[in-house]
Amino acid sequence: AEEKQLITSIWSKVNVEECGAEALARLLIVYPWTQRFFSSFGNLSSPTAIVGNPKVRAHGKKVLTSFGEAIKNLDNIKTTYAKLSELHCDKLHVDPENFRLLGDILIIVLASHFARDFTPACQFAWQKLVGVVAHALARKYH
Amino acid sequence: MVLSASDKTNVKSVFSKAGSQVDDLLGEALERMFTTYPQTKTYFPHFDLHHGSAQIKAHGKKVGAALVEACNHIDDIAGALSKLSDLHAQKLRVDPVNFKLLGQCFLVVVAIHFPSVLTPEVHASLDKFLCAVSAVLTAKYR
Repeated sequence: AEEKQLITSIWSKVNVEECGAEALARLLIVYPWTQRFFSSFGNLSSPTAIVGNPKVRAHGKKVLTSFGEAIKNLDNIKTTYAKLSELHCDKLHVDPENFRLLGDILIIVLASHFARDFTPACQFAWQKLVGVVAHALARKYH
Repeated sequence: MVLSASDKTNVKSVFSKAGSQVDDLLGEALERMFTTYPQTKTYFPHFDLHHGSAQIKAHGKKVGAALVEACNHIDDIAGALSKLSDLHAQKLRVDPVNFKLLGQCFLVVVAIHFPSVLTPEVHASLDKFLCAVSAVLTAKYR
């Protein structure tokens, strides 16, 4: 219950568009092999190109908005993500390891925005959350 | 994982900005690691792991010094950390997965204290550097 509080109190202050864009851009920059899923996104040739790429920004916003759904349904994340899990397996063919990578990056982005407010207890709760989300997204893989 | 010239510059810029705070940063990273990933505490049954523990501070200093050493000899990290590599292989035998966890916490701490330094490019370089250090420390495990 405390962990849920720590999660929602941070989330209420998150700019989903900015944060999502930054997290996805950093994923593509820090772990360049993740670009393999985004060949239709146009120019990903440099960090500057990636950060400024409107498709990256839009997709980052989409992904983080979806994350918000998990936060609204903290007791029911598996069900919430069942269809998305099938999609990521059957249509998108994304290795679940990538969900873990994005989760770790999101934590770092949150840390950079919230600084000391992102306490160790907060980090614990959020690291748990991204783990649960990654697990839920991988759950329907076959 | 090969560090490019710009990776090396980026890593040096982080440690130069951190200066003498490196000890505190690592202390904080360790504390966050113990909180966020409780399984890491299993390697420190002999430590007082409460917030502000003198033992964590001392250990942070040790780890920080090793990272600085690696940074100062970034062209030959294996040489610089050879003794530490032996120590981890023969005595400490910390499971390799844990270096990633400490690495994540170190990135979080850098994001908190020096958000403007941790640009996506620097983030990528620092992550690579931490991977390289981990690889050296686990190189002689088997």
